[in-house]
Amino acid sequence: MRFKTLRDLPREELFAPGHRMCAGCGAAIAMRWVTKVLGPNAIVANATGCVEVTTTPYPETAWMHPYIHVAFENAAAVASGIEAAVKALRRKGRWTAGDTKVVVIAGDGGTYDIGLQSLSGMLERRHDVLYILYDNEAYMNTGIQRSGSTPKFAWTTTTPVGAAARGKVQWKKDIMGIVMAHRVPYAATASISHVLDLANKVKTAAEVRGPTFLHIFAPCVPGWRYPENKTVEVARLAVETGYFPLYEWDHGKLRLNPPSNNHLDKSKRRPLREFLNVQGRFNHLTEEEVAELERELDSYWQYLSKLASISS
Amino acid sequence: MREALTSNYAAAYAVKAADVDVIAVYPITPQTTIVEKLSEFVSSGELDAELIHTESEHSALSAVLGAAAAGARVFTATSSQGLALAYEVLHIASAMRMPIVMATPARALSAPINIHNDYSDVMNMRDTGWVIYIASSAQEVYDTVIQGYRVAEGVNLPVAVAYDGFLMSHTLEPVELNDEGEVAKFLPRAARPHVLDPRRPVTFGPLVSPDWYYEFKYQQVTAMNEAREWVVKTDVEYGQWFGRSYGLVEGYLLEDADYVVVTYGGAAYGNARAAADLARERGVAAGVLRIRLYRPFPTGEVVKALSGVKTFAVLDRAIMFGSPAEGPLYKDVVLAMYLHGVDKPSLNVIHGIGQRAMYVRDIYKVFQALREGPGRGVMYMGVRP
Repeated sequence: MRFKTLRDLPREELFAPGHRMCAGCGAAIAMRWVTKVLGPNAIVANATGCVEVTTTPYPETAWMHPYIHVAFENAAAVASGIEAAVKALRRKGRWTAGDTKVVVIAGDGGTYDIGLQSLSGMLERRHDVLYILYDNEAYMNTGIQRSGSTPKFAWTTTTPVGAAARGKVQWKKDIMGIVMAHRVPYAATASISHVLDLANKVKTAAEVRGPTFLHIFAPCVPGWRYPENKTVEVARLAVETGYFPLYEWDHGKLRLNPPSNNHLDKSKRRPLREFLNVQGRFNHLTEEEVAELERELDSYWQYLSKLASISS
Repeated sequence: MREALTSNYAAAYAVKAADVDVIAVYPITPQTTIVEKLSEFVSSGELDAELIHTESEHSALSAVLGAAAAGARVFTATSSQGLALAYEVLHIASAMRMPIVMATPARALSAPINIHNDYSDVMNMRDTGWVIYIASSAQEVYDTVIQGYRVAEGVNLPVAVAYDGFLMSHTLEPVELNDEGEVAKFLPRAARPHVLDPRRPVTFGPLVSPDWYYEFKYQQVTAMNEAREWVVKTDVEYGQWFGRSYGLVEGYLLEDADYVVVTYGGAAYGNARAAADLARERGVAAGVLRIRLYRPFPTGEVVKALSGVKTFAVLDRAIMFGSPAEGPLYKDVVLAMYLHGVDKPSLNVIHGIGQRAMYVRDIYKVFQALREGPGRGVMYMGVRP
């Protein structure tokens, strides 16, 4: 059963208040919806990062799920072990908690960069694990350093804007492409601004057997330099400008979801600068640099369009 | 049942007897034949376990950590570079009090790359909070892996069973295998108080401030002391069940010995015993002390064994560069003696590095050196100057 309206969404809260996430944190919104939709019969393996440090200040915890954090780069490996344990113990009659879902929660540093190897191993071995990436496009926990997910030209503390370099030099890595190349049964993008879409994707990804992946766009107030009451608006603009398309890779088929399904036609997308202009990290951009980002976005949409038509 | 087995196969047979639930593996020489054998056991259905073919040793140890947290009995094995890669997780596994058992056929560390034996890999993990055994025969490897599960699950600490790479890992010896039904009774599945269970959620691995960190670490200190008692108790009970036990240290001709070589592992112990025999034939009161439990260190047993001797030498197969004396075991032995107010002249012998051949005559020369003068310092044997 899909969630059709906000009223259909689970009422039970499984992510406790009192955590130490920033006011307006996009990842906090993501965690609340993810845990609600998962329901109580799940185990969470968390990579080191913003969510980990802010939700488990000993002796407190925000987690009402069984939760484990081991290190930065190995959440997918830890989850592989948990999934294998559940499988073995169930077979031997010693797992009595029923149909437990194993879920990874990791940021972009722990996924695009240091955790890429263990993620690839987990996907390749076909563990029944849902991997949730909350993407705030830099190492925010350590104080806004660039990651493989940081977009080109973005200011971070390790890509400062100066005479010789103007923010990040390289493009953002296509993590969905990497995941899809592992021929996973289900992978999807979602944004905290489109809650029903996000909730349905968590549900689908948790139900599909085998390795599944969810890429959740989660704006960061201090890292992106915008006012804390604008998080959902920034996320919405990312979708509506086509910067962060919403789509599903469902058993080998690419399906664009509303509103991104209209965005193959460029005229239906809001201008990219509306997304860029609300964030301090892009304050320094010249007209030429904005134009370069727009050209790259167009070519990304052409790639998505080809992928959608080839796979349909 | 008696079989001709390498130490690696002996470890695999022990894992099968322990009815392990989850095994994570990654190939590295000289460990690989353990996981090959385990793969055969799983493929044939002789062992009902989930085998995870991870993409690195870091992930292998991480995976068994996750599986142990979920309540499974787990096993992994690695050597040398693999152990070094997993170094980060070694600390976390012990601090999170995970009952993991790992076999570690010891191998030299790069560079230059060398697949052969010394103990530089194992010695690097000596302060990571793991219980560390160093076995000296395939039989002892088999027995110690089984004992290791009882210790690990009793005190909630990870256990490493080390032994000589190649010299033992690939050498056939006769091994008496236990009845697996009896092993199952020796290793009952006890319900652990804290596991990942959706009905009783707990948070593992939280962020801890300076207000709490020290207390966590001090609990590990306490746990290591408890581990020593678990090792003793388990070894005694294992002896009652299966007729073999080893103690924390093992002595050879120690009773009346004036000159003693202290060492660990298979080749060094075997050759040292042969050298002691040779020395005895020539009228020298030689003896050998083998350290079986390396962490927690059997301080009392070592001091007791060495208090009556004239001088002793510690034969190390690893180098701590820049240390006052470069042998890691030597440092432990001398400190143990000092803490008990015993000051004796002693030598540190470094040999067998990268599996440089250690001959009986070399160790015989050590006995001679001990006899000739109350030397102190480090003796590098078998190396071209």
